[in-house]
Amino acid sequence: MSRFLLSFSVILVGVLFIARLVNLQLFFKESTLAESDPAITKEFIYPERGFIYDRNNELLVSNQVAYDVIVIPSAVKELDTLAFLQLLDLDQELFEQRMKRAENYSRRLPSVIVSSLSKERYAVLQEKLRRFEGFFIRKKSLRSYHTAASANVLGYISEVNPTDMRSNAYYIAGENIGRTGIERQYEELLRGKKGVRYIQKDRFNREIGSYQDGVLDSLPTMGENLQITIDKTLQEYGELLMNGKRGGIVAIEPSTGEILSMISGPTYDPSLLVGRKRSKNYTELYYDSLARPTWDRSILAEPSPGSPFKALNALVALQEGIINPKTTVTCYDGFFVYGDKRGCHCGGGVRDLISGIHHSCNAFFAETFRSYYRNFESTAEAHDRWTAHMKSFGLGEFLGVDLPTGRPGRIPDTEYYDRAYGPNRWVSTYIISNAIGQGEVAATPLQLANMTAAIANRGFFYTPHLLRSVDGRPVVDLIPSFTQKRQTTIDPKHFEPVIEGMSKVYTEGTARYLQVKGITIAGKTGTVENFTRIDGKKTQLTDHSVFVAFAPVEDPKIAIAIYIENGYYGARYAGHIASLMIEKYLKGSISRTDLEARMLNKTLEHEYAKPYSGKPFQINEYAW
Amino acid sequence: MRGSFLLFRIDGLSMLLILALTTFGWFTIYSTTLENDSSTALLDLGTYHGKQLFFGLCAVAAMLLLSFVDEHLIKRYSSVSYLVGIALLLGLFVFGRTIAGSTSWYDLGPLNFQPSELMKLLTALAMAKYLSDTGVSLKAGIHQFYAVLIIVVPVLLIVLQPDPGSALVYLALFLVLFREGLPLYYLAAVVFTLLAFSLTLIFGLSTMLISAALLFGLYFLLRPKKQRPPLYFDLLFPALQFAVIALTPWAFNSVFKQHHRDRFSLWLGLEKNAEKLLEIKQSIGYNTYQAEQAIASGRWWGKGYLQGTRTKGDFVPAQHTDYIFSSVGEEWGFVVSALVVLSFVGLLLRLIVLADRQKLAFHRIYGYGVISILFIHFTINIGMVLGMLPTIGIPLPFFSYGGSGLFFFILMCFIFLKMDANRHKTHFN
Repeated sequence: MSRFLLSFSVILVGVLFIARLVNLQLFFKESTLAESDPAITKEFIYPERGFIYDRNNELLVSNQVAYDVIVIPSAVKELDTLAFLQLLDLDQELFEQRMKRAENYSRRLPSVIVSSLSKERYAVLQEKLRRFEGFFIRKKSLRSYHTAASANVLGYISEVNPTDMRSNAYYIAGENIGRTGIERQYEELLRGKKGVRYIQKDRFNREIGSYQDGVLDSLPTMGENLQITIDKTLQEYGELLMNGKRGGIVAIEPSTGEILSMISGPTYDPSLLVGRKRSKNYTELYYDSLARPTWDRSILAEPSPGSPFKALNALVALQEGIINPKTTVTCYDGFFVYGDKRGCHCGGGVRDLISGIHHSCNAFFAETFRSYYRNFESTAEAHDRWTAHMKSFGLGEFLGVDLPTGRPGRIPDTEYYDRAYGPNRWVSTYIISNAIGQGEVAATPLQLANMTAAIANRGFFYTPHLLRSVDGRPVVDLIPSFTQKRQTTIDPKHFEPVIEGMSKVYTEGTARYLQVKGITIAGKTGTVENFTRIDGKKTQLTDHSVFVAFAPVEDPKIAIAIYIENGYYGARYAGHIASLMIEKYLKGSISRTDLEARMLNKTLEHEYAKPYSGKPFQINEYAW
Repeated sequence: MRGSFLLFRIDGLSMLLILALTTFGWFTIYSTTLENDSSTALLDLGTYHGKQLFFGLCAVAAMLLLSFVDEHLIKRYSSVSYLVGIALLLGLFVFGRTIAGSTSWYDLGPLNFQPSELMKLLTALAMAKYLSDTGVSLKAGIHQFYAVLIIVVPVLLIVLQPDPGSALVYLALFLVLFREGLPLYYLAAVVFTLLAFSLTLIFGLSTMLISAALLFGLYFLLRPKKQRPPLYFDLLFPALQFAVIALTPWAFNSVFKQHHRDRFSLWLGLEKNAEKLLEIKQSIGYNTYQAEQAIASGRWWGKGYLQGTRTKGDFVPAQHTDYIFSSVGEEWGFVVSALVVLSFVGLLLRLIVLADRQKLAFHRIYGYGVISILFIHFTINIGMVLGMLPTIGIPLPFFSYGGSGLFFFILMCFIFLKMDANRHKTHFN
């Protein structure tokens, strides 16, 4: 063998080694990031979720500690199943099912076996769990509610699902996300920013220190504390008044657009959706398809607004010069459409604008409505203008409230009627129900409250909103649009006669028994006819009770809209509740305890049961 | 005439490379065995780096001593020391200390001594002495037999320890025999046997039998007229190859154990089922798999000294000994890893140059002995760490932790470098 052969072999081996190094170190497809390194574990440090306070800095939502029992399947050895099940108070079948799911998920990563232990059970377990290898306790944070009210406003949080994780890379399995309400709307403020810790592990998966002395680590940033515009006292009081009634209440501070109360009946205690019973409770609430406690009637229900809508039609007629405060119409206990008489409950006689409002005269507004359309070349032109006026009050469109759900209500435009009747094939008498807030128009309680606030402000409103401040920074710095005036199309001067009429509703009109001593209130009752289908047959149900009001008239502090399903006439349930809410908010206490007791005790369950009784039933019963 | 001090006459490049590799190796041992609570004192014999440093210093002391010893004395006593070495190997069976299943160590208080490391040096010397005898020719069968015997006796004793990895290293000395005139067709026979075995595993019995028949047919038609091997070889060799091919499937399935089969499966890519392959990779190939991952994660410039996450996590087993190169790959990256490879190549090439310029056969043959041993260590160790060869546990010279290893590698090289430094001296024999 020559020396060259040997030298050649040495060089060949060297070249082969370097080629292999090139292949491994420069072209190997494995990522070198810490994420893919089995020696590095990324661990998140979770910040505390932000608290939620009411407008008077009363704590509504904070956090509580809870404990999960988790399992790492590969670490489980010789499990004494019987003793373990006894300790955990767990069903054998359920336990096996969860163990199987844990194994399928990962043998090395933790899975939850029992979620949200109580503190007492945790105390017992903590001592005994070490006997069961592979099982551990993991601390987690749950919401803690300091009020039984506001579930619809606050919303709830729950663990992220695969869809959430796909759509937002921030979340990993086991983390919480806001599902509804404020929790969802301001999720990014509330959740804070999780910190991260890179841990150096050895091949037995034992921690041996922090990776690169922690240069990549970051501390968690705590979630921000929110102050919302809800008045806890008023909210809780309103929910009490809603006992046994279905409907919605929205109260707004007209000078800011801040929502003081937002109540949906029936509702539920937000604490029901926390902890171990969460799933069971949620199922119960969700499948109550008649009362629908999870359906927020204050922003999702879209009934016809009824008579409060007359105030808007009056404003449009004043603005367009169709009527002036002195214009009169004679009411014959009703009015005629093509010879067909439509009734009126105002008592009849000569009605002007102001008495038309406080006696809620259908004839006056029907006639005014017709006059308005007669004033234009075409119905379409008139209707376009009318639509624009209505929409300037935030009706028929999403208002932009800071909640993840909502409904736009309906202001039927020209296109809507063209589709229904054909272009130029409809006139004002076709749509005359809109004059008195029946027919095609629809509005959510929130929109009604906002409309009332716009009247109270004599021509403008602020987008109704729930966020007041974030860690002391006022909302104007965060969402400037909430503090920008939205002007209606009506001149301020036209509001005074309408407001006078609404004031007289309390002094001599439909709500004269609901006055509050020392507070001047302007309001408007509404009694809304409504129908349902029973066995395919259109059946009329007891009217909805609607009421809008603001007070004090001179310097409005609260504008409120109340909608009670099947509560009969406006002054009955809705009027009572409005009166009590206003007194509670402005005075802090209730002087008319008889009125209060009546509202707290009376329920409408018998009314809601009627359509399902399978028997013929009476509607609009006088006795209550 | 160059300086009269040995230090000035000794080959600078070789010494420099050896020193650099040893120093770098020491730093790598420090990194791979560093634990949070371990002592950072340099000469703490309770730590790996402390022990390694101690043996390094011992090697320096031994070099100083050796520099006063004439090469003649070394040659004269090489036969005796060979026999002493054999005695030490035999003594292991009585007094040896068992670590990880192999009885390869003498227990010397805080330190262990591994005679097989010393024996490499002694075998190289003994072989050099035997072959450098005038009158000994590797053309003669009986001399071939004795030369092979010198190698095979320690090999057998070491296999019995059992430490087959170390035993394999002695086979490198056959390279010296070929260099000194053992006919190359023996080497060809060995290479072809290994090739036949591996190829049969890959391509299967029938393909290989047909291919071999075709090849040998072609060989008989075209075989050279001059320098042809003896006829018995021409007949025996094909017979041997056919036997190897025919027996391979049986041997693989019946003689080999499952973990042997898995190693071959992994190495030759026999397992086509991706899941099973991964399973093999993570069980039998765990070391190789982890070493590959660690090296790959080093990229161009590595993660930085003491920053290798897999090194710190102790993911690569034996990473301070046999798998030490994986830590170099992870913490220092491609550039330095390639530089280490180049350093070894450079050292080997330089030693070949030095060996060839020796005037005395004893010195030249011993030089080739040193080269062969270093070469096989380098090839098998890094080849294994890089996943190119099946797992055979032998250390990387100068680098791997192991006192005896370091000590005798340095000494072995130094003896040769001293011979080279003194090559102009007049020798009286």
